[in-house]
Amino acid sequence: MSLISFFPDWMLTHGAAFLVVVPLIAGAIAAILPKRQIAAALTVAVSFICMLTSLLLVLQIIDGQTINYALGGWDAPHGIAYVVDGLNAPILFLISAIGFLVSVYGMPTIIAEVEPKKRAPFYAAFLICLAGLLGMVVTGDAFNVFVFLEVSSISTYSLVAMGASRDRRALTAAYNYLIMGSIGATFFVIGLGFLYMETGTLNMADMAVILREMEGGSRVSEIAFGFIIVGLGLKLAMFPLHTWLPGAYAHSPSMVTVFLASTATKAALYLLLRFVFTIFDVSFNYVFDVEIYLLAGLGMVGMILGSLQAIFQTDIRRVLAYSSVAQVGYMLLGVGLGTAAGLTAGYLHLMNHAVIKGALFMALGAFWYRYGITRVTDFNGLSKSMPWTMGAFTLGGLSLIGVPFTAGFTSKFRLVEAAFLKGWWWAVAIIVVSSVLAIIYIGRLLLAAYFQSPPEVNGHVVAKNEAPLLMLIPMWFLVLLSIAIGINADIMVDLAEGAASVLLPISAGATP
Amino acid sequence: MLTAFFENYNYYVVIILMMTGLYVVFSSRNLIKKLSGLSVFQTSVFLLYITIGKVEGGQPPIVSENHASNDSSVMVAGGGEAAIGHAGQMSDVLYSNPLPHVLILTAIVVGVATLAIGLALTVRIRETYGTIEEDELAMLDYTYNLEGTDA
Repeated sequence: MSLISFFPDWMLTHGAAFLVVVPLIAGAIAAILPKRQIAAALTVAVSFICMLTSLLLVLQIIDGQTINYALGGWDAPHGIAYVVDGLNAPILFLISAIGFLVSVYGMPTIIAEVEPKKRAPFYAAFLICLAGLLGMVVTGDAFNVFVFLEVSSISTYSLVAMGASRDRRALTAAYNYLIMGSIGATFFVIGLGFLYMETGTLNMADMAVILREMEGGSRVSEIAFGFIIVGLGLKLAMFPLHTWLPGAYAHSPSMVTVFLASTATKAALYLLLRFVFTIFDVSFNYVFDVEIYLLAGLGMVGMILGSLQAIFQTDIRRVLAYSSVAQVGYMLLGVGLGTAAGLTAGYLHLMNHAVIKGALFMALGAFWYRYGITRVTDFNGLSKSMPWTMGAFTLGGLSLIGVPFTAGFTSKFRLVEAAFLKGWWWAVAIIVVSSVLAIIYIGRLLLAAYFQSPPEVNGHVVAKNEAPLLMLIPMWFLVLLSIAIGINADIMVDLAEGAASVLLPISAGATP
Repeated sequence: MLTAFFENYNYYVVIILMMTGLYVVFSSRNLIKKLSGLSVFQTSVFLLYITIGKVEGGQPPIVSENHASNDSSVMVAGGGEAAIGHAGQMSDVLYSNPLPHVLILTAIVVGVATLAIGLALTVRIRETYGTIEEDELAMLDYTYNLEGTDA
């Protein structure tokens, strides 16, 4: 723990609040900055500070401790508490680290994709979105979750719409996302209302205690649970509620796509874990049924149908967007298994997928940046015209499929193992089928890139034109990270097991 | 039967508003109408929360001088003592629960922000496409979506 000694004392005590307040204030400042360069520098600096702060939080909780931070000095059941434990600290680090990489990556792409006068507000919206996502993960107050959920969602709607200067469909995509997202958030808040009626508290830990005393509570808490699951399901793109996702991913600016794909659905998934396992409990009948039949069931349906839809897309960003729907299915299956092994696998896949999809969408952004490519047929000969970016895309794609020695393999293998332990052999079959479908949709792109020659324009073969270093470095960092996880996943597995032990405190390691 | 209805009168209003709003969001193809449906849907939640906060026979949760302390000089003189005076007298008066009101104030702000963004997007869509009917928008983007081309 020598790393902790590098941080100042006040950060040790106030780290949890610092993490949210800094990007929120910086967002307001960035909005009024006159120049894009200053706003970009501010964004990079702030996201770097957030990354360090969340690293500190991870270091503080790694021994299984919990940080309780009473906001404004008001104690927990009445005031708003920020709680950092083994479940949310890794996600905080994930969000802020991706935020940092994305803000570096975004410097060249923003110039290409966003109109000059909108660049500083773009960074402002990005910072507020970052603050919202970090806030909804760090908070221990159920209503605070709703507020931060909406802070991040509303800024995301405007971020998606900023893609309009590149692709006009960004506007309709943002509109659809707004409608679906608001319905989701409203369902969530209805659920919270019922939960408040039942328990009379908004503090998550307090709610958990009261609900356990009531042994699940009356029908009111069943209704509350239903509303909350639907609301969060919309936010995390659970299979039939995923319709906003392909549009939002496909038409927003590259930087936003990378950020959304790696963090937004992950934060919502974290909330699902928190509500299903910590606030409610799988020992309640209704929670158990939802977990087994709904989460695992829809997860598996999503794995197959998401992958199938990915195969038939003509737009590469949509291919990866539908693939994300399928990957969320893997995580939901891990949650639905409900065992410590399943939760570890699901949590591991959550982090791995953020790394992999981040790298893949970064590569797609680079292809667009150099050649304006968005169609699958445009992939012809890309390995010759953009070798480094295509190399990153290839390794990321292999990781997505789950080839050994990549991050995707580690988590999928653990998921298969967990499913076998539970005796769900059909789930194993579905994982295999979905992976085969992934080979098809990724392989189709790789075949075109490696075995076709680059297109000719006016009789000349398209010249080699590599992406700028600012885009390549974050991309390759994520790709190498995914390979490193594939070779030695000990740190990640430790974090995931820590998270699983928070979710299943009594029966950690045992199957219920 | 009738008493049961009137006792839960608020909840019926909430349910009717909620379902109406949700139905309008899903059924209408006009972007503005969808947003108004969304607003109605969100408003029903405000009403639900306010209903939760109401305590039967409860006063508005405002500590007034009559309730708090008979000796008004204490109130004016020392803030600390006045606070003790409030706490001592609290038990006589039944107050409604103020917390849901505070929560819903936040939710109202969120609703306004969502509606504002939605309307702003609608304006941009109208400028870009020249229509706010979803079917026509889908038609205009049909070839784009088919080929996956970029604008």
